[in-house]
Amino acid sequence: MTYIAKPRVDHPGLTRNALGMTRRDYEGALSTLCAGCGHDSVTAAIVRACWEMALPPHRVVKLSGIGCSSKTPAYFLSQSHGINTVHGRMPSVATGAAAANRQLTFMGISGDGDSLSIGLGQFCHAMRRNVRMLYIIENNGVYGLTKGQFSASADIGSKAKKGEINMQPPIDPVLTALTAGATFVARSFSGDKEQLVPLIKAGLSHDGFALIDVLSPCVTFNDHEDSTKSYAFSRQFYHPAVHTDFVAPAEEIRARYDEGASMELELHDGSHLALRKVEPEYDPTDRDGAFVKIHERIQAGEWLTGLLYVETGREEMHGLNNTVHDPLATLPFSALCPGAETLDRTLARYR
Amino acid sequence: MKPTDTQHPDWFHRVVDCQWACPAHTDVPEYIRLIAQGRFTDAYMVNRDSNVFPGILGRVCDRPCEPACRRGRVEDKPVAICRLKRVAADHKGEVAHRLPQAPAKNNGRRIACIGAGPASLTVANDLLPLGYEVTIFEAHGKPGGLMRSNIPSFRLPAETLDEEIGFITGMGAEIRLGHRINSMKALLDEGWDAVFVGSGAPRGKDLQLPGRDEAAANIHIGIDWLESVAFEHTKQIGRRVLIIGVGNTAMDCCRSALRLGAKDVKVMARKPRNFFKASDWELEDAESENVEIVVNHSPKAFVVEDGRLTGMVFEQMAYEFDERGKITGQRVTGERFYPADDVVLAIGQENAFPWIERDLGIEFDKWEVPVVDETTHAATRPGVFFGGDSAFGPKNIIWAVAHGHTAAVSIHLHCEGRELDKRRPRTLKMEPRKMGLHEWAYSNDFDPLERRLVPHVELKKRFRRLDIEVELGFAAEQAAQEVQRCLNCDVQTVFTASLCIECDACIDICPVDCLGILPNGDEHSLRQGLKAPANNLEQPFFVSEPLKQTGRVMVKDENLCVHCGLCAERCPTDAWDMQKSHVRLPYAADEEPLCPDKQRRSA
Repeated sequence: MTYIAKPRVDHPGLTRNALGMTRRDYEGALSTLCAGCGHDSVTAAIVRACWEMALPPHRVVKLSGIGCSSKTPAYFLSQSHGINTVHGRMPSVATGAAAANRQLTFMGISGDGDSLSIGLGQFCHAMRRNVRMLYIIENNGVYGLTKGQFSASADIGSKAKKGEINMQPPIDPVLTALTAGATFVARSFSGDKEQLVPLIKAGLSHDGFALIDVLSPCVTFNDHEDSTKSYAFSRQFYHPAVHTDFVAPAEEIRARYDEGASMELELHDGSHLALRKVEPEYDPTDRDGAFVKIHERIQAGEWLTGLLYVETGREEMHGLNNTVHDPLATLPFSALCPGAETLDRTLARYR
Repeated sequence: MKPTDTQHPDWFHRVVDCQWACPAHTDVPEYIRLIAQGRFTDAYMVNRDSNVFPGILGRVCDRPCEPACRRGRVEDKPVAICRLKRVAADHKGEVAHRLPQAPAKNNGRRIACIGAGPASLTVANDLLPLGYEVTIFEAHGKPGGLMRSNIPSFRLPAETLDEEIGFITGMGAEIRLGHRINSMKALLDEGWDAVFVGSGAPRGKDLQLPGRDEAAANIHIGIDWLESVAFEHTKQIGRRVLIIGVGNTAMDCCRSALRLGAKDVKVMARKPRNFFKASDWELEDAESENVEIVVNHSPKAFVVEDGRLTGMVFEQMAYEFDERGKITGQRVTGERFYPADDVVLAIGQENAFPWIERDLGIEFDKWEVPVVDETTHAATRPGVFFGGDSAFGPKNIIWAVAHGHTAAVSIHLHCEGRELDKRRPRTLKMEPRKMGLHEWAYSNDFDPLERRLVPHVELKKRFRRLDIEVELGFAAEQAAQEVQRCLNCDVQTVFTASLCIECDACIDICPVDCLGILPNGDEHSLRQGLKAPANNLEQPFFVSEPLKQTGRVMVKDENLCVHCGLCAERCPTDAWDMQKSHVRLPYAADEEPLCPDKQRRSA
């Protein structure tokens, strides 16, 4: 970690977005993570994505649980709403917050411990409900905050820093998400912002639950040889299957891709995703096919990355539950509390 | 691009903009840090090593360092380097025991220096500790050359001059005052081991216009007039004075005139303001004393009535410019008369060597300027060297000092019978500044403070005497703040490609976006590939060896790096390190095989 704050001096050529804000206006407090932590790169990618999308920071909600990854919302968007929840309980709090105000942008940051061990049930149910939020798992295969024990995503045969070898099978968040019915499933790497930033932008624009599993190496406890989540290993064995370009609603789509190898998807807010298949056989709209391919490659020790599965048009939580459009906080008291008579009438229906 | 050769002694030197711009390559950030620690004497000695006259230069240096200063690009105002140099000089303690000393026994070699200006004094300063006997011939009654005769005492007090020249005479330099050299031949016949010409550019240019001769009594050549004021031959001037020309001499003339009784002083410029030769701060100082600067007026004639100057007629000019602001055309739009009691001509000066016979083997070119080797300062006759304004025309004090150092090396090599162009090269030493976890041996916080302003003597009081120094120098508190503005560019970011794991931590933390990891390509693509494109092509651009994991390269745009050290602080593998660069300039003492380091370097 660092004690010296990033000085408040800007490059005079720093550009401003549509809101007149510079990238640095989207930064947060000084990171207290280890120097070289992948999570700090993910933070930088989030800052860049939010700045490029010109998100008004006060319309964003940052949520997290417990762990190194869950500390990071403090390090970006210091002008946004935020909550650090109980370990593994972030999805419930996010669901509640989204229920209360569907007009905000929700961003959950979690880790492999927070989401795949203690919070696995919560994680699955948020996907099942299709809560409209971006859910990033900063996945490093270890419990860094408690000094490097294997987490639920550690691969079989991966060696810990002290030498023991993991023998339990990993829970893969991407395969889990496909099974639980998630509508936007991506995998990326903290060391590849060219891939990660467009995915974050796409995820923030997706009308439903968007999962990005980010391989984010733990520089202190899991960056040695024989680790399967180190910088070197990740670089060697990650393979982009689909390249995603995010095109904001007002922009024209400039890139043109070869027929067959590319496809365009329109999102609910008018933005577009231009998907370019790096692996020609791969179809990111075929849930079963995707599952098989990803699984095969994991067996071969490789990570397929990019936007691995996307489904547009499925109802998100509010649509499924036919809820009110306005934030609860803005509803008049009479609407929020219709009175004893209405309650009696409602209860009478169940008698 | 090919990987940058950071071993080249110029690479990290260039990053220290101020030091690179300084002709004498003074280690500016180092002495600013010493001032910050209150070590004024140490700061003074760091200065003196390279520029010999910190007290003088701290007041009147041309400051090539300041326009170069990186702070001026990060914000708009550079660090007040020159004023801080004065702080070191004003607050220093006893230095006598730390000055170089002449050995008890001299080496039997005799050197003659002509003119007791900064160039000759520097030669003496460098050669005396090696045992040379140095004799300086000075036409005037006091040493200092143009520093004394042309810089008015309200800018440079006599005590400052006397003190710093005294350090050199104290080493044993003999200065023969009032001894003008009228014949180079006669001097050479005296059998000196080497002769150094540091006689300056003493001839002010004249302006031959109608009326010049009739009004001669009230028309003065700028540098001669300043000299006459300095030696108290001239004690007054008319009420209305016109200064022709708008260089730094003109600024000294107009301000001196105000102190000799003039009430209405106008500086007449032929061209618009952005063509002025005077330094911005000298213009500012003159204008703050209510000197009016009149642009676009070209002198046409001196007007004389009853044998006495009454004023001048000027042509009013209009100019046309191209896109880059260069003048492409001019025309006269009218004429105007300006009344004046005296006119001072400050339109430039040139070398003059009527006293050097042309049959001595010292070659002159077609402009009657001696042929001088730019690296050795040797004339075409062995054993004769030129430096300061007399070598390559009018420059300034800090250039004269730089020349003096170089010439001293040549004189020493000449006397040793060695080849003049086999000199020691400039070298660079790097020294880590990491002290421990999160501890760096320099203050790396960026302080967003604006440049401090130096206090001046009140306008009402400053004209009472000629020698009331106008600038007061920084007060302790201001100096303490100003030093924090220095970006410590000499504490360099040093990169070791083999250690890098490409985690992006340095790129993410860099406050001014000067780093990037990119696939190698041509310089243009790399410069444009940064988050903030590196568009200042004059600034160095670093490219590393290929990185281990992906074969990409680490690049760094040096232009706006604030040397906060966060890249090194955030680097998990110490691929980035902060190291202090020491540029070592070869001085005469370094060529001395017997005692390479002891005498020249102060502790």
